[in-house]
Amino acid sequence: MSFKKNSQSIYTSRFYFKRRIKLLSVFIVIAFLMLIGRFIYLQIFKYSFYKGLSENNRIAVIPNVPNRGLILDRNGIIMADNYFTYSLEVTPAKVTNLNQTIENLKPIVGLSVGDLKKFRKIFKESSSLDSIPIKTQPTEIEVARFVSHKLEFEGVEIKSRLFRQYPQGTFASHLIGHINRINPEDKETIKKQGWQQNYKGTESIGKLGIEKYYEARLHGKTGFQRVEIDVNGHAVRTLASTPAIEGDTITLSIDSKLQEIAENAFNKYRGALVAINPKNGEVLAFVSRPNFDPNLFVAGIDEDEWKILNESLDKPMLNRAINGLYPPGSTIKPFVALAALEHDIRNPTFTIKDPGFFSLPNSGHTYRDWKPFGHGVVNMVMAITVSCDTFFYGLGIELGIQKLSQFLSRFGFGEVTGIDMFGESSGLIPSPEWKQKKFKQPWYLGETVITSIGQGYTLVTPMQLAQATATLANGGRVIQPKLIQSIKNNQTGQLEVFQNKTIQGLRFKPENLALVKEGMINVTQPGGTAAAFGAGAPYKIAAKTGTAQVIGLKANQKYNPSLINEKYRDHALFIAYAPAEDPTIAIALIVENGGHGGSTAGPIARKLLDYYLLKTVSPIKEDTKVNPPESEYHD
Amino acid sequence: MLERLITRLLKNIDNTLLIFISLTLVVGLFTLYSASGQNIFLVLNQLLYIGLGLILLWVTANIHPKYYAKLALPIYIVGFLLLLAVMFIGHTSHGAQRWLNLGMFKIQPSEIMRITVPITMAWYLAKQEFKRYAIDYVIASLFFILPVILIVNQPDLGTGLLITASGFYILFLAGLNWKFIVGVALGLFSLAPLIWANLYDYQKNRVLILIDPNQDPLGTGYHSIQSSIAMGSGGLIGKGWLNGTQGQLDFLPERTTDFIFAVFSEEFGLLGNLLLLGLFALIIGRCLMIASQAKDTFSRLLATNISLTFFTYIFINIAMVSGITPIVGVPLPLFSYGGTSMTVMLMSFGILMSMHSHKELIGSS
Repeated sequence: MSFKKNSQSIYTSRFYFKRRIKLLSVFIVIAFLMLIGRFIYLQIFKYSFYKGLSENNRIAVIPNVPNRGLILDRNGIIMADNYFTYSLEVTPAKVTNLNQTIENLKPIVGLSVGDLKKFRKIFKESSSLDSIPIKTQPTEIEVARFVSHKLEFEGVEIKSRLFRQYPQGTFASHLIGHINRINPEDKETIKKQGWQQNYKGTESIGKLGIEKYYEARLHGKTGFQRVEIDVNGHAVRTLASTPAIEGDTITLSIDSKLQEIAENAFNKYRGALVAINPKNGEVLAFVSRPNFDPNLFVAGIDEDEWKILNESLDKPMLNRAINGLYPPGSTIKPFVALAALEHDIRNPTFTIKDPGFFSLPNSGHTYRDWKPFGHGVVNMVMAITVSCDTFFYGLGIELGIQKLSQFLSRFGFGEVTGIDMFGESSGLIPSPEWKQKKFKQPWYLGETVITSIGQGYTLVTPMQLAQATATLANGGRVIQPKLIQSIKNNQTGQLEVFQNKTIQGLRFKPENLALVKEGMINVTQPGGTAAAFGAGAPYKIAAKTGTAQVIGLKANQKYNPSLINEKYRDHALFIAYAPAEDPTIAIALIVENGGHGGSTAGPIARKLLDYYLLKTVSPIKEDTKVNPPESEYHD
Repeated sequence: MLERLITRLLKNIDNTLLIFISLTLVVGLFTLYSASGQNIFLVLNQLLYIGLGLILLWVTANIHPKYYAKLALPIYIVGFLLLLAVMFIGHTSHGAQRWLNLGMFKIQPSEIMRITVPITMAWYLAKQEFKRYAIDYVIASLFFILPVILIVNQPDLGTGLLITASGFYILFLAGLNWKFIVGVALGLFSLAPLIWANLYDYQKNRVLILIDPNQDPLGTGYHSIQSSIAMGSGGLIGKGWLNGTQGQLDFLPERTTDFIFAVFSEEFGLLGNLLLLGLFALIIGRCLMIASQAKDTFSRLLATNISLTFFTYIFINIAMVSGITPIVGVPLPLFSYGGTSMTVMLMSFGILMSMHSHKELIGSS
């Protein structure tokens, strides 16, 4: 038995013991050497690695979020600014039971269904470490009540936040746009632009209109604070700090009073209006009706509110001024007339005898004038004044579609105007090539006929129409329209003034231009299609009415607005510039389902011109008497 | 007169060892002051424990070893009963049932066993010195295996392992055959999967985290990562006293107790570590010297065991803090904040000194 030690003396026992102690000492030395080896590894070889980690641990970089730049109108009236308010915010990661916490908050701060919906929506889009507002702008009483219960709510905080506000409410909403909380899509954009660093701590971003287009200027430069933090992330002391630089102030070329008059004049109608200074391309008014309230978006819109806006049949989110596509109707006639004059197809003395219809040679197809039995003997000026369809039918055939579409394209139709707003539609000027490509069909002569009175495939945006009108008014300078006048850097005080770019100068024979202008002036005179519109104006206006069909009528069907559902009524279009001798304003507007151009669109334009040229505000006249309603249709 | 009194009072105290210990305690107090975020009250508290510990050291140093041998079994039995009591009526804290509430204060019977088990085993094996059979080793083993089972069950793996180590030391020093040692080692090795299956999840986690601390950086791996950062960023000379950011800014968990070495290491660097290890080595060396000079088997076994236990604490703690071994709740002796560990440790040094100062008397009796 090997364990037996009974023969062992006290001395052998001691001998064994000493040997084992020596053995243990060796073991201890090895163990200590192992520790020392580990120390050397950690503290010498991995020193810089762990030093870096310890710095990361200890130093946090806290962004100083800049104030967003202001948006002003040309007279310095505030269209968008910021204000400080309280916001009750929840950091889900710090809350043990989110639902319970929300239940407990209810009696204290009074959360509405909307608040909760908004919260849930943002919650879905954010990380659980984000501080998510559950109630923005709580009342002072609610703030006080919450503060007294603060200890019961871990992870819930009252924060003071800078909010965007649009003091004018729904006014000019499509123009100014709005900001909204940064969503995953925006994060991609920020990444692509290389803005990540500057957007640390930023919660919202421009989503529409000026707010979006000038995001880079409005945002400002984020400052940073390097602070030493403890394990709970509480700042212990500040090590270094760079202040935020507030965003630039943007001054629009918009005259907000003019804008207001225009918006009010639209009343309940849907539609759009663009007013441009033809001398420099500055946009003076930019209207798209109906509007929406941009303030709804600032703290994140809830799903129901968004649904209402997005699914409404009136499409309040559609920016009709740059995305509304309408057939130009008769408003195209001055341009077509000029094309014919420039191409020597027509001259001032050329007349036709209008029987009230036009027969296409070699086909027997007839196209009716809007006026039964016709206008009698009509020359070019007269044709514009009374909007004679028959005159233009024949003119179009002789001019041919190629020349017509080329000429219209030079005014900027069919392509974006390049205004400082994203997502502008380009509209459409048809050509045989286009049709072949799109429909694999040849161009028919009849299509030329209707194209010459602005029907058929042609589509324009109010923005394009306004630009073209301005070009006509200034004698051929195609100017890229702009919504802003200047940008002021608030740090340096430097003012950057924008000169609008002249895209091209179109050369027209003065006598041709004068002829078209004469026709357009006569439109507003007794006998013209917008005589009522021009009545009593102390300045001369050049204008053209137009009507765009919403539905096609059968050959012998009489268009009767009162019998047709409002949604199927024609769109009323109107272009004008004034004073005719030396124009300072050019307007294009469309009233959806407004019927005839002169009756609904005209009064709106007149109020605008009166204010702009005379600084007087005339009351809205609901039913202005006009000449027999013009209606253009074909079979 | 006063001089004679002092000489008389210190007659049973080993001055060399006391100086080494005191030096370590001072370094420990400074480290604690830093680790606690300059909390002077915590340091005063610790000073109180040290005072109590030193008194106990003096008392135990003046008790003749033969009384330890005599008292070993009764104290062991009481301790074991208390351990059983913990199992049924113990106080649960941090998910472990370790404390016994005695109204006035709470005691941790496993701490009593930590010091009693080696004494009892030393007593038993010394008693059987001249007619020791295999069965005696088995009986001696039961003295530690039974309480360890209860302690691991609490669960308190750290103390369980320490007592196991302590028991093995005694068996080894008493001359347990190498073949047997190898046999047990192989046996344990083959039983490893079974042991693994019986570990609590948090214990398994600690082992897994050791292999890859980044697996769960905010959970179980957090301690390990943060203490490595503290040590590593200390570099060669450290960040300076009170300047360790990991410790001062709360990134290090348990930094006044189990992880106090990380605080020391961050602030004093590799050089500090070497000096401290040197100090510990001096204490261990002196202890082993006392042990080897002991005249009888009981004293020899017990004294060596105390030295080795001290070493084991240091090694496990530092190895754990520097990420060599899994995290087990073992304090750094003479450093970590805590009354029990401080007083028990100082008391054991007292027992060791008693072996030294009474060696002649044993020899002659």
